[in-house]
Amino acid sequence: MHQVIPVAVLMLVLFAFALGPDRAPMAHAAPGLFWVAVLFASVLAVQRSFALEAPDGARDGLRLSGLDPGGVFLGKTAAVALQLVVLEVVLTAGVVVLYGSHVRSYGSIVVAALAGTAGLAAAGTLYGALAAGLRVRETLLPFLFLPVAAPVLLAGTRAWQAALGLGAGNVGSAGDPWVPLLLVFAAVYLSLGVVIFGPLQEAS
Amino acid sequence: MSSSGKPALSSWSPMTTWVVRGLGIAAVLSLAGTLWLGLWVTPPDQMQHDLVRLVYVHPPIAWVALYLAFGVAAVASVLWLWPRTRSRFWDRLAASAVEVGTVFTALTLVTGSIWGRPTWGLWWTWDARLTSTALLLVLLLGYLAVRRVAADPDSRARRCAVVALVAAVDVPIVHFSVDWWHTLHQGATVLNTNLSPTIHGSMAWTLLLGFIAFTLLFAWMLAIRYRVEALSEHLQSSELDVALHERWAEGTDADTGPVVTSPVVTGPVVTEPGGALV
Repeated sequence: MHQVIPVAVLMLVLFAFALGPDRAPMAHAAPGLFWVAVLFASVLAVQRSFALEAPDGARDGLRLSGLDPGGVFLGKTAAVALQLVVLEVVLTAGVVVLYGSHVRSYGSIVVAALAGTAGLAAAGTLYGALAAGLRVRETLLPFLFLPVAAPVLLAGTRAWQAALGLGAGNVGSAGDPWVPLLLVFAAVYLSLGVVIFGPLQEAS
Repeated sequence: MSSSGKPALSSWSPMTTWVVRGLGIAAVLSLAGTLWLGLWVTPPDQMQHDLVRLVYVHPPIAWVALYLAFGVAAVASVLWLWPRTRSRFWDRLAASAVEVGTVFTALTLVTGSIWGRPTWGLWWTWDARLTSTALLLVLLLGYLAVRRVAADPDSRARRCAVVALVAAVDVPIVHFSVDWWHTLHQGATVLNTNLSPTIHGSMAWTLLLGFIAFTLLFAWMLAIRYRVEALSEHLQSSELDVALHERWAEGTDADTGPVVTSPVVTGPVVTEPGGALV
């Protein structure tokens, strides 16, 4: 964690270098940059989460403990999600300070961030378990996880654009499909993970 | 290492061979028919001129890629995961469908791009349909990457089935999100305009033949790919069997300690102590 957060903040700085010193393009792109940073940071967080288990054989220990695999999945997901929430708080502050964004609606950015984080953590943990123990896990995890997580980037960015008063969307308009989409994504991957985590563990 | 049903899985019955051969012949004939009708018989379109001829190819390829191949892969993966229907057959079928489907998905993008350049003036636009097809291609490539990871067949099958299932669940989400993201589709889809009653009679028939031809082609390629998969699994396990038999034979012939003479095991046996000395 003490490495993932600095990397994510570093990403914000690098984005600023890429988009030039003008504030306008950065403020405009801020929601997207925030979610891209979260997406890449979640890959790192998931990798850390599974790398930590490897040396002591903690995964076998968890399996031997007789705990329900679905519960283990939810626990790991919650841990990753909590780390991501901390990271998002830091990143939000970074976006406001570095890019000069103004938050219009705190409620909707928090709801969108939480829903998106739950989905990212669930899908990431699922793929993390799949890639854990393989020699190619460092490249396999982003390859599998990022395209699946693309809807989160898309919906999260749109929801944040509305909340930061950018783009055409009105703040928190009722017809916005983005927060429901994030919630559906989270619900689908949480339930899929609970069902599939057990059989998946047998493979690795 | 060798299952009892191995010979039956890797060799086809005469009946199956005959059916697959028939499929191949039908696919080639119908493709030739589509080509002939599409290039010579049907008239050029009033608006799109000769470009319209791509319509006999692109929608059928897209149908095979996006519905047929992906559907077969998803259903086969679920059937593998379901303990009651678990068999190697579903694993191989899913892998074959994904591999053939990847080719067709790539072709969908390429033919669409070729059509889009003169029509829209762009090779690529961030249209909903294009974007979700491109994401689907990446998901399929991810499956193939998992497939290539060396593992024992059972855990590989398990991993692949999970990847296919997770990807299949993602497809509708991707579809809707991208759809809402950018719904600037150029009028109606290619399919809708051309199935309208105003379409020229021979064009509708050619398009229909195109769908049949590419479906047959997919079925044929799927069968062949399945056979290759079964044979390569057979080869891997039989190679191991051959090596084991050679090793056993050595044990009975020469009783002078470690085997350095065997061509099969020399490599690791000789180099490893050398590496350790250095």
